[in-house]
Amino acid sequence: MNVTSSNHNIRKAKSFAMNGLCILCAVLVILPLGLILFYLIQKGASSLNWAFFTGLPKSAGVPGGGMGNAIVGTLELLALASGIGVPIGVLGGVYLSEYGGERMNTWIRFWADVLNGVPSIVWGMVAYALVVLPMKGFSAWAGALALAFIMIPLVLRTTEEVLALVPRSYREAALALGLPQWKTIVRIILPTARRGIITGILLAMGRVAGETAPLLFTALGNDYWNKNLSKPIAALPLEIFNYSISPYDDWNRQAWAGALVLVAMTFCLSLSVRLFSTGRFQKNT
Amino acid sequence: MMNTEVATTPLSPAPGRAGARSGTRLGDTLFHLVCLGGALVVGVLLALVLWQLFKGSSLALKQFGWKFFTGSEWNPVTDQFGALPFIFGTLVSSGIALLIAVPLGIGTAIYLTDLAPVKLRQPMTSLIEMLAAVPSVVWGLWGLFVLMPLLRASIYPLLQKWFGFLPLFQGPIYGIGLLTSGIILAIMILPIVTSVSREVLRSVPNLQREAAYALGATRWEVTRIAVLSYARRGLFGAAVLGLGRAIGETMAVTMVIGNTPFIGWSLFHPAGTLASGIANEFTEATTDIYQSSLFELGLVLLGVTILVNIVAQAMVRAFTTAETRQVA
Repeated sequence: MNVTSSNHNIRKAKSFAMNGLCILCAVLVILPLGLILFYLIQKGASSLNWAFFTGLPKSAGVPGGGMGNAIVGTLELLALASGIGVPIGVLGGVYLSEYGGERMNTWIRFWADVLNGVPSIVWGMVAYALVVLPMKGFSAWAGALALAFIMIPLVLRTTEEVLALVPRSYREAALALGLPQWKTIVRIILPTARRGIITGILLAMGRVAGETAPLLFTALGNDYWNKNLSKPIAALPLEIFNYSISPYDDWNRQAWAGALVLVAMTFCLSLSVRLFSTGRFQKNT
Repeated sequence: MMNTEVATTPLSPAPGRAGARSGTRLGDTLFHLVCLGGALVVGVLLALVLWQLFKGSSLALKQFGWKFFTGSEWNPVTDQFGALPFIFGTLVSSGIALLIAVPLGIGTAIYLTDLAPVKLRQPMTSLIEMLAAVPSVVWGLWGLFVLMPLLRASIYPLLQKWFGFLPLFQGPIYGIGLLTSGIILAIMILPIVTSVSREVLRSVPNLQREAAYALGATRWEVTRIAVLSYARRGLFGAAVLGLGRAIGETMAVTMVIGNTPFIGWSLFHPAGTLASGIANEFTEATTDIYQSSLFELGLVLLGVTILVNIVAQAMVRAFTTAETRQVA
């Protein structure tokens, strides 16, 4: 009796200790988030001013200047990449959910999952070989294509998942009224799943907004306002990278400010995802 | 054009109806084909990646053959290219990342599924998602200006003092290097390891836990016997998924690893990974064979990540579907 009770105490103590360790793990996992936000604000906020958002970079050693062209460049790249990637991804998702047979779907899902695991730098190399080499120069198109390659499998998978949530009876009702299938999809199914599809698109955009590796040797970067999409274009992540590995203090400070803006952008995207996705199920039930 | 015709025909007389039917059929076929095209793009993309990387690296493949993988010298000046230093750097930095991230991630997943107050679970999960949303280049910036100076000034000297008898912790302390990039990588893969582990643990049936409680197990014993050992394979899959991420991670590593081809014992030494090598040298590659060798680094990187991801996904999926089957 004595033995078991002391054994019991040891076991209880051990349980207590291990549970404590798990709590410690959770704290350690959240800690970097707090740290990075703290430093971003501490080091970046002071360099944020009007000129930062509207100005062009100044040459090395000259204080001041801004990342206006890089912010616009990132938005341009995002728009172009979405323009290429979103229609393809959504159509592919529609195929999986509405048309594809079991075997075909298994393969396409498998390929999409494999693509999702391809490192982003590899997409940069592919876009380099496809666009930069034939066009003999770095360009916004090459960068946008690399980002679009990353978006396609993401959008495809989320679209498929969301369309699967649309009740079967909607399709049957539309077909019973004599609507052709394509019209059922375009007029009934896609609008019903609208929120979810937009959520997926925003998620994919958030994922590529901060990508640097695929832009290194495609979009390349540029110190001026870019008006020509077949020329190199500035992007916020590229600017952060170049400024942070430079030896100038002023540029390092601007890298922090740029990082603060970039993180704010990605967080805004994921925040809007939350706003969009909460309404998703209300609509379907 | 076809659209409006289809929309207005159902009320028209017989000949029109035949037209409507064929129009409907045409619209349906067209839309079907367009969607099929969208879906097939993923297959085309996969073929495209493989083809382009093979094409890009054909020169290096021909010139170095298998020696590319065993050669330990990477020297653009003499046009000698061996990938071994980069493979070494990739394996070691990802290994360090896994050693740190897997226990932390699984511990957090246990906390989130079994221990945390219900009110805390959702906010904690959201915070972890936010962690995943921080771009790689921002981690690199933070690693370079905050983490690296801290490690160099206070943590690494202590490590050297306590564990200096191990060759791992000998040699000069640069700050940037294998260990620093391993730590940054660990932070970056924590969200995926944690969220997949959490999914795996959540699919362990409650019966399993209740049975262990009924036998008088303490809370930790329930976790260890009924949950962890049961979910072993799924958790392993989560770790392998994290490995896939770590291997392909580029920017943050490029910024804190030092980018020097290196093979050796010291974890404090600057090194290079497959991805960081490409990122760092691609625009400087002036000769054809140099660029071709970088393409082959990309090919190796692609092959390894695809393999790792397929294995991981198979493991996680086998676990979670076996689970649903059992419950249903």
